[in-house]
Amino acid sequence: MTFVNAFWVGGLICAIAQILIDKTKLTPGRILVTFVVAGAVLGGLGVYDKIVDFAGAGATVPIVGFGNVLVKGTIKAVREIGAIGILTGGVEAAAGGISAAVVFGFLMAVIFNPKSK
Amino acid sequence: MSGRKCGKQTVKIDNVRVAASAAIVGNKEAEGPLGEFFDITLPDSEWNETTWEKTEAKMQREAVRLAVVKANRRLDDIDRVLAGDLLNQCISAGFGLRELEIPFYGIYGACSTMIEGISIGSMLVCGGFAESVAAVTSSHFCTAERQYRNPLEYGGQRTPTAQWTVTGAASAVLESGVSVGDIAVTHITAGKIVDMGVKDANNMGGAMAPAAYDTITAHFKETGFKPSDYDMIVTGDLGSVGADILVEQLKADGIDISKNYNDCGCMIYDAEKQDVHAGGSGCGCIGSVLCGYLLKEMRKGRIKSLLAVGTGALLSQTSTLQGETVPGIAHAATFRMIDK
Amino acid sequence: MKYTKQEYQEYLEKKSPNSSLIKDVLAAFLVGGAICVVGQAIFCIYKNFGGLSDDTAKTAVSITMIFLGAFLTGTDVYGRLAKFGGGGTLVPITGFANAIVSPAMEFKREGYVMGLAAKMFSIAGPVLVYGICASAAIGVIYYICGFFTGGAL
Repeated sequence: MTFVNAFWVGGLICAIAQILIDKTKLTPGRILVTFVVAGAVLGGLGVYDKIVDFAGAGATVPIVGFGNVLVKGTIKAVREIGAIGILTGGVEAAAGGISAAVVFGFLMAVIFNPKSK
Repeated sequence: MSGRKCGKQTVKIDNVRVAASAAIVGNKEAEGPLGEFFDITLPDSEWNETTWEKTEAKMQREAVRLAVVKANRRLDDIDRVLAGDLLNQCISAGFGLRELEIPFYGIYGACSTMIEGISIGSMLVCGGFAESVAAVTSSHFCTAERQYRNPLEYGGQRTPTAQWTVTGAASAVLESGVSVGDIAVTHITAGKIVDMGVKDANNMGGAMAPAAYDTITAHFKETGFKPSDYDMIVTGDLGSVGADILVEQLKADGIDISKNYNDCGCMIYDAEKQDVHAGGSGCGCIGSVLCGYLLKEMRKGRIKSLLAVGTGALLSQTSTLQGETVPGIAHAATFRMIDK
Repeated sequence: MKYTKQEYQEYLEKKSPNSSLIKDVLAAFLVGGAICVVGQAIFCIYKNFGGLSDDTAKTAVSITMIFLGAFLTGTDVYGRLAKFGGGGTLVPITGFANAIVSPAMEFKREGYVMGLAAKMFSIAGPVLVYGICASAAIGVIYYICGFFTGGAL
């Protein structure tokens, strides 16, 4: 069942992005920024975790989930270590993804070259 | 005044012929409907160079070389070369032509550069300041994409009004003296910058159409020509959207060009099969269609008179990011086959 | 042309073909959904066969998806998929990887430091900037609220 929910919830989030692409003048960059901030806000309100429980990867794989991870990490750190957690918690929680993006990004860019279209 | 001025924008040119022209294109262009007419097709997008910028520079250089050879001249015989392209600071022209040792003027008219070069070149020759002038321009899909849009492997979707930058370089050699069988440049209409406030950099045809309309209107008014005086009227790279607007707007003024009009951006690709959305664009678009196809058809006598209107969008990535509109420019030149 | 700038823009809008919304949205839904299902499958493998905890498995899924997105970008697959998928390839974390690898690869010719590395975040950077700023801002709010509620939120 989680697979079905992952499919339609993940698909729905992407479909919303597509509507924004086609119907507004928003660039893909702005849409991603909007989504990640939306994820942070929904995470801060504690709503997003309910979607994650329901849809699994359908909620964690879209970039919205990244905002949620950041804010959850921040809140957890604030609770545990106080004000300093405002700045350490978010990136700490997302460290795996950020480092993976930098390291794999670097490796792939070294190995491969862009192909002409 | 020498009496060559006919109106504010148009000048009459005497005794200037297109001695030869050459076009070099990429694979996609060679697979298009005009593929057989181009002189050289690149084996791949690099053409044995390490960067696409070097490839584009080489294309300009080879286009000049080829046109000069076809004109039965040596590089030494060329008095001036007028060159430009789309890359910042026109590096394809600067780097491509540095070893040719021809006195050089860099020009920029975005995608109208080919006609701008032919315009200024014709005036130089007509005015007696040069015997032999080469005009050259180029564009390359890969260099233009990274400068104006996104990296090649970035997953983005093109809008239906977007156009595909032509990989192509083209050169024409202009000389003084016209006799039977030659293609003469007879009139030049310089365009004004026209900006109708279009902000969508993915709808350049729509942004440039008012400029083309303005220049063509001025051309007919100042020369007294009618559309029927031409076998063919072409614009540079308005694409399907801009071309449609141009025809409709001229028609509203009682100027009907629908019978003998086409747009190089629509001619160079098969829009359906080659997935280029609204058509081709880039300096190499009208460049290669004019120098590769149209002028050759004129030489064969199939087209006797041609009005070629180069169209350019004078934007940059900076201006787009700053929310500026897209100013358009269009330059027109009349070519006539001398048959008696 | 007898149009004002405003009128011309309205006229141009009418003249310009629109994307076919239904087709695009359906493609985004299918492709985006499929990518999430791949993520879910990887999650199940890590959890059931790798014995990872829920949270660790989620991080491992992100890392794996980023690897896949980066690899498919390098091999010229992701860009082609994106032509069809649109928002479906943009929004998943694989799209984030694509936005990092594509400029890094493209600007390699301008050098490994000022080209590849400097351009790596030219497209994806804003996501980090606004994501981290938003989470810090929410952290501040949370921290201040803590004073009023005695830390019990």
